[in-house]
Amino acid sequence: MRQKVVLTGNYAVAYAVKLCRPQVIAAYPITPQTSIVEKIAEFVERGELKARYIRVESEHSAMAAVIGASAVGARVFTATSSQGLLYMHEAVWSAAGARLPIVMAVVTRAIFPPWSIWTDHSDLLAQRDTGWLIAMAENNQEVFDMIIQAYRIAEDERVLLPIMVGLDAFSLSHTAAPVNLLSQEDVDEFLPPRKAFSFLLDVENPISMGNVAFPDYYMEFRYLVQKAMERAKRVIQEIEEEFYKISGRKYGGLVEKYKCSDADVILILMGAWSGDAKESIDILREEGFRVGMLRIRFMRPFPEEEIREVCIGKKAVIVVDRDVSFGKAGVLFTEVTSSLQQTNVTIRGYIAGLGGRDVTPRDFNAMIRRVYNDLEAGDKKSKVEWYGVKEEVM
Amino acid sequence: MSVTVKSLPREEYLLPGNASCPGCPSALGLRLLGKALGKNVILVVPASCTSIIQGPYPKTAVKFPLINVIFASSAATASGIAAALEILGKSDIHVVCWSGDGGTVDIGLQALSGAAERGDNILYICYDNEAYMNTGIQRSGSTPYGAWTTTTVLGKRRHKKNLPMIMMAHNIPYVATASIGYPLDFIRKIKKAVKYKGLKYIHLLAPCPVGWRFPPSKTVEVGRLAVLTGMWPLYEIEKGKFRLTGISRTLLDKSKRRPIIEYIKVQGRFSHLTEEDIRVLEEYVDSLWEDIKKMLS
Repeated sequence: MRQKVVLTGNYAVAYAVKLCRPQVIAAYPITPQTSIVEKIAEFVERGELKARYIRVESEHSAMAAVIGASAVGARVFTATSSQGLLYMHEAVWSAAGARLPIVMAVVTRAIFPPWSIWTDHSDLLAQRDTGWLIAMAENNQEVFDMIIQAYRIAEDERVLLPIMVGLDAFSLSHTAAPVNLLSQEDVDEFLPPRKAFSFLLDVENPISMGNVAFPDYYMEFRYLVQKAMERAKRVIQEIEEEFYKISGRKYGGLVEKYKCSDADVILILMGAWSGDAKESIDILREEGFRVGMLRIRFMRPFPEEEIREVCIGKKAVIVVDRDVSFGKAGVLFTEVTSSLQQTNVTIRGYIAGLGGRDVTPRDFNAMIRRVYNDLEAGDKKSKVEWYGVKEEVM
Repeated sequence: MSVTVKSLPREEYLLPGNASCPGCPSALGLRLLGKALGKNVILVVPASCTSIIQGPYPKTAVKFPLINVIFASSAATASGIAAALEILGKSDIHVVCWSGDGGTVDIGLQALSGAAERGDNILYICYDNEAYMNTGIQRSGSTPYGAWTTTTVLGKRRHKKNLPMIMMAHNIPYVATASIGYPLDFIRKIKKAVKYKGLKYIHLLAPCPVGWRFPPSKTVEVGRLAVLTGMWPLYEIEKGKFRLTGISRTLLDKSKRRPIIEYIKVQGRFSHLTEEDIRVLEEYVDSLWEDIKKMLS
């Protein structure tokens, strides 16, 4: 039965996970991820989801446990946030290197100190180089849809890499919105049970996983991850087409393009505030500004071709980061800049909204207008600014 | 449960030509594990000497399916494997952690404690060579008082962490100590442990010729002296019931124990010990046995 229900982002994760029939779940609670793992624990205890739920004593162990379960062939799930994600960081690398199709929800949250439970993308982006596919949703519906597609993408033989699905703390995780569910039959058809492949722990066909690789071999393992990541770009598109058939919903693969075709300035960002940015774009367009948006849905594999295709020839690109790589710029800004090398597109970066500071359509208006003003004044320099820093409190 | 050499299978699960040092107690222990359990084992190995012993990719000397895991994660990885096997209907397979003392009493303790408290179905074996041997003999929480290591060049000033007792406090069904000097006792304990569901813990004393500074031909002898001098009592705690095993049953009376100097003098790591140091170790051994008496009564 296809229902439309009102769900928080976290419950959208939980209901999607349930439909995907994972067999082992291991998780450790952290605000604001908790209601995901509480809901899944309830599904398991009520017998609505036939799975083993391991209530581990840390996030490091959560990832280790799903690595173990995945290595013997089970479909698995975990979820975390912020400090939890950083604490499991070592194991995050381990999962990708072992080519295990683990799915993890990451409720993006700022990093200590000082304590902050509000949204910020630094935790997710700190996993950038781990070999995981990294997706980021805009709204609760997309959270639901991404989780279901995530299993298909991760388990695809051309990929066999883990995937994390990001959703912003509170603005999605704890905000209820209508979500179109899918029926169990639909999902079962879209996502069959995980296929066994030859690199599993099996007493009938014993292998050693992860033993020492001398310099003669190590590099090839890394190269194979890179190749799988490159193949994933196409796989993500294909699977989204298939998902469209059962759901009637698609978003555009690695990126979502919003009013880009006639635009002269492109806003690039990811996550829940993209919704506010769209509102801002609509308002500015009424005033005659031809601004469009490229929303990053996948940070890895990175949509370099899509960015070049949309941005080359535009007057300017504005990248808004909810994160910072200290000593350089926003992570997304750096990635976009490197994708647009040897072009003469002006790239303006804003660092904004760290630690959950509100960024409203009015703020996006201000950011975008400032770039237009600069262009008009002949300032085409690429640069990065911190938006809304309060000089008076420092 | 009687185990004799003749009753052991001929099948080997650690192949010869592996990368262990001469006289390696971990390699010997792994062989014995295979003799005890046969092929239905999935082995979890954290960073340790066993990461090396199995040999480099693309070969392996271990005939069990084996997963190498990050240092602190062996028990948690095993929890995941055990849960998956259960739901996949493969409950006849033993999940065995084969971890060194660093991976057990230090960096791996949190994961081990969690798995024990949850009652996850794992056999956890700590092969205790009493220091970080794979990185070149650095002190661990399991290094005994007085021992030289490269990070305690004047000798360690604290006693060894008593991990079997910490595991006992988790109310798990089976805890045992073993020594590589008494292989049949070790095998018997493995076989007994796997009859229980839940986390089973065996702490295997594994004298390391390289790190303890004794000739590689003496591994078994040093393993026996540890027991005969009372430094390493052999016991098992089955469902909370404590009992001594093997030769240790005869050692409650201090006069039956060999002087600890016999154990100390064969190891270069203790060569600098003063009489005072030796007295500290003697007192430690006496207190171990006093605790055992209390547990027996």
